[in-house]
Amino acid sequence: MGKFGMGQPIRRIEDQRFVTGTGHYTDDVNRPNQTWMAVLRSPYAHADVKSIDTTAAKNAGGVLGVFVNEDLEAAGFSDMPADSIPPGSDGNAPEAPHRPILAKDRVRYVGEPVAVVVAETLAQARDASELIDVDYGERPAVADMNAALAEGAPQLFDEVTGNLLVHWSMGDKDATEAAFAKADKVISIDLVNNRIAPTAIEPRGALAEYDSNSDRYTLTTGSQGSHKLREWITGKKGRKAADIPVEKLRVICPDVGGGFGMKNFLFNEPLAALFATKVIGRPVKWTGDRTESFLNDTHGRDQINHAELAITNEGRFLAIRVSSLGNVGAYISQFGAMIPTMAGCGMLCGCYDIEAAHVDVKVTMTNTTPVDAYRGAGRPEAAYVMERLVDKTARETGIAADALRRLNFIKPDAFPYTTPLGMPYDSGEYAKLMDLAMNRADWAGFEKRRREAARKGKLRGLGMSYYIEACGGGPTEYARLSVDKNGKVLVKSGSQNNGQGQETTFSQLTAETLGIEMDDVEVRMGDTDDIEQGMGTGGSRALAAGGSSVVTTAEALIENGKKIAANLLEAAEVDIEFKDGGFHIAGTDRSASLAGVAKASFDDSLRPDDVEPGLVTVVEQPPVAPTFPNGCHLCEIEIDQDTGEIEFINYVIEDDIGCILNPLMLEGQILGGAGQGVGQALYEESVYDESGQLVNGSFMDYIMPRADNVPLFDFHYTEVPSPSNRLGAKGAGEAGTIGSTPAVANAVIDALSPLDVCDIEMPMTPLKIWQAIQRAATKAA
Amino acid sequence: MEDMLEDTVLVNLRINGKLHELEIPAHKSLLDLLRDDLNMTGTHMGCMTGHCGACTVSIDGRVAKSCITLAATLGRAKITTIEGLTQDDGELSPVQQAFWDEAGFQCAFCAPGMLMCTTELLDANPDPSDAEIETALAGNLCRCTGYQSLRRAVKAAAKLKQNTREAAE
Repeated sequence: MGKFGMGQPIRRIEDQRFVTGTGHYTDDVNRPNQTWMAVLRSPYAHADVKSIDTTAAKNAGGVLGVFVNEDLEAAGFSDMPADSIPPGSDGNAPEAPHRPILAKDRVRYVGEPVAVVVAETLAQARDASELIDVDYGERPAVADMNAALAEGAPQLFDEVTGNLLVHWSMGDKDATEAAFAKADKVISIDLVNNRIAPTAIEPRGALAEYDSNSDRYTLTTGSQGSHKLREWITGKKGRKAADIPVEKLRVICPDVGGGFGMKNFLFNEPLAALFATKVIGRPVKWTGDRTESFLNDTHGRDQINHAELAITNEGRFLAIRVSSLGNVGAYISQFGAMIPTMAGCGMLCGCYDIEAAHVDVKVTMTNTTPVDAYRGAGRPEAAYVMERLVDKTARETGIAADALRRLNFIKPDAFPYTTPLGMPYDSGEYAKLMDLAMNRADWAGFEKRRREAARKGKLRGLGMSYYIEACGGGPTEYARLSVDKNGKVLVKSGSQNNGQGQETTFSQLTAETLGIEMDDVEVRMGDTDDIEQGMGTGGSRALAAGGSSVVTTAEALIENGKKIAANLLEAAEVDIEFKDGGFHIAGTDRSASLAGVAKASFDDSLRPDDVEPGLVTVVEQPPVAPTFPNGCHLCEIEIDQDTGEIEFINYVIEDDIGCILNPLMLEGQILGGAGQGVGQALYEESVYDESGQLVNGSFMDYIMPRADNVPLFDFHYTEVPSPSNRLGAKGAGEAGTIGSTPAVANAVIDALSPLDVCDIEMPMTPLKIWQAIQRAATKAA
Repeated sequence: MEDMLEDTVLVNLRINGKLHELEIPAHKSLLDLLRDDLNMTGTHMGCMTGHCGACTVSIDGRVAKSCITLAATLGRAKITTIEGLTQDDGELSPVQQAFWDEAGFQCAFCAPGMLMCTTELLDANPDPSDAEIETALAGNLCRCTGYQSLRRAVKAAAKLKQNTREAAE
């Protein structure tokens, strides 16, 4: 393997600009003659919009335009798109209810955009937005899922009876019932998967431009994929948002300050800015502030789960049955209905050999911000259910948590293995990885440590999770390679960097395959005019799909090069071999460099008809199979009984992420994800009160993981190659998040188990822990 | 009210070594001055409430959040931004170098705060403990890294600075 190949901890190319403050994020982009847009948002969770008087705002200083939905609709900006909703148990797939770009005659969540103001300065736009007089007729609101499904609850949409969008199910109900009928025991658990604000540190923003000469729009916005946004806007995919032909819209994605699932999506504000730029005739910029992010960025998670595990007396799992409520919020965001259903439920069997499984989910609408993909997108919710349930089973049967898992793991010789929920697991050595983790965490010595801690008055707990995750299969990622006359290679990829470092990984793979220096490779992403197509980033697929594609294309480029090299060197094509960055006539010392061949490709006399100047290469590739990273998280904590505070003692992760390209960057993905999972378990929750007000819409009251409240992780990996792609890679982006939440929660429950506390809802804050300790003490007394 | 907002103050500021004489509206934050008026976009806006740290700069040797600092109050102040960490010859400071070497960042939107706070920490405390590093970084939010690579980068920066000092002696 060469110096840029698999396993090399190459420094990131991106960091040259990031450490010097010369990155280029959306809000860093400014245009001459630019105007600013501010958004007026609903203060009510549910209200009729009786009238909107914009007179005073229009007359305010510096104001260039004040727009409401009527204005947008008249110009063909009609509707927020949503991807398809999965069919319910009755076989019918409902249509997503209409979601206007700005409120039409009703608002359904606090923060819903109602009107926009465009002015010479941001301050003028904001000041004027406060002069808009909206006459609201307040309606009763419902933010809680159980309340929304109850009889007599306020109804969000006439067409969504009882606020139940769809009652969806998966698995074999009869087989599951049969397995439960023969079970010796049934263990059940009730869980709440708390609502999370994705909280990219860069707030969303958009810069919209319109060129009247070419009748073309340009939208510059940080996202997880420009092509996806363009398709949603122009209606190439699903319901179109704006009456703009696809060729009349260019979407550009500059540097992105974190996405985490949320920046996949098309939001109201960029559409309003696109509308406004044509009307105003000047560039329109919108940069969200943090409260706007909390109010209108899609949220994540928000499920209520009831799960039951049928087992034998020996502890063998027979079947799992789960019924859940999944909150999609007040409207269906693009993947919104998929997240609590198709996206994650297939993973509810975890890494255990189970005969039968059945899941049913009530996808519920509430007067809250729309919920959509957040790092893991359904799989963390599934892992949380299964791994909490396994630990509860261990406690109730008296079988050790590791022994119970070992007994039920799918064995390494069973792959490929299809779960009763249809997931085609490709590989895994679960018991081996669990043993490695247990050794590193000194699992065997834990009870002694627990006793020692107890002597100091501390409650010590050790929590395990063995997670498995499914990373994006489906269409491959677009890659186009070419070489200029100086031998510089240009890679155009349809993926999108959100901080993961694809510029580096794709350069690394290209340099390795072509035997050149990384300095001679340029990677471009994120501009629909420059790159023909793209899937963007999401589903932890950048390396397995995007990286594989780059390598395959680079190899095809070599084959194209051989045809020219044969002409250049006056040899037969079959005699040309490529090595060390050059084309050689086998068995001779005659050769041509990649640069030389690229240069020759511009000479018609040397270039065959089927090769393009610059060796431009694009390869049609088959869809990629999903990959199934997995691993063991062991979290050891100590609880102060007087305060309920948690101290991290040790945190071990042993992962199978397939073959590793860049260990530095892999670690970043895993531990970043793990930190977010810790946040969900212990700190984070977007809270709505009974009237549907978001209680914590700022960093004052939404608790984020910080440098002093996230553990140091002891991270190792074992490479079990994925047979599903040529790199043997498995996805790394979401794995850490999926594994850590249940491990931390299990550790807290384990610490409290001597007090007979068997559940605390996430986030497991010091207050909740302290209250549980007090209740236990009262009960004991 | 409108008039008051338009009041300006004549202020001399030294930013990254360069002297600026500026008429600054009384209500303008240092962040807006840097980004909008001086086109120095290395300093970022993440919350405008002083909680996330993406807007961190150094004012007279102390880190400060530029989003909640009124620029007009900074007469004769010496300000260093992330752009000012790079030396005049283009060489990276040991802190920048260490964050690069250790893959400290991912999306790097938090970079201004992490780099400025680490620079201040190591100027005062060349060999910080884990707890001191955590405290120094705790005013800066990062959503990407789980903070481990950042903490490792601070340690690497301390070592790099020490090596540079020893080489100079």
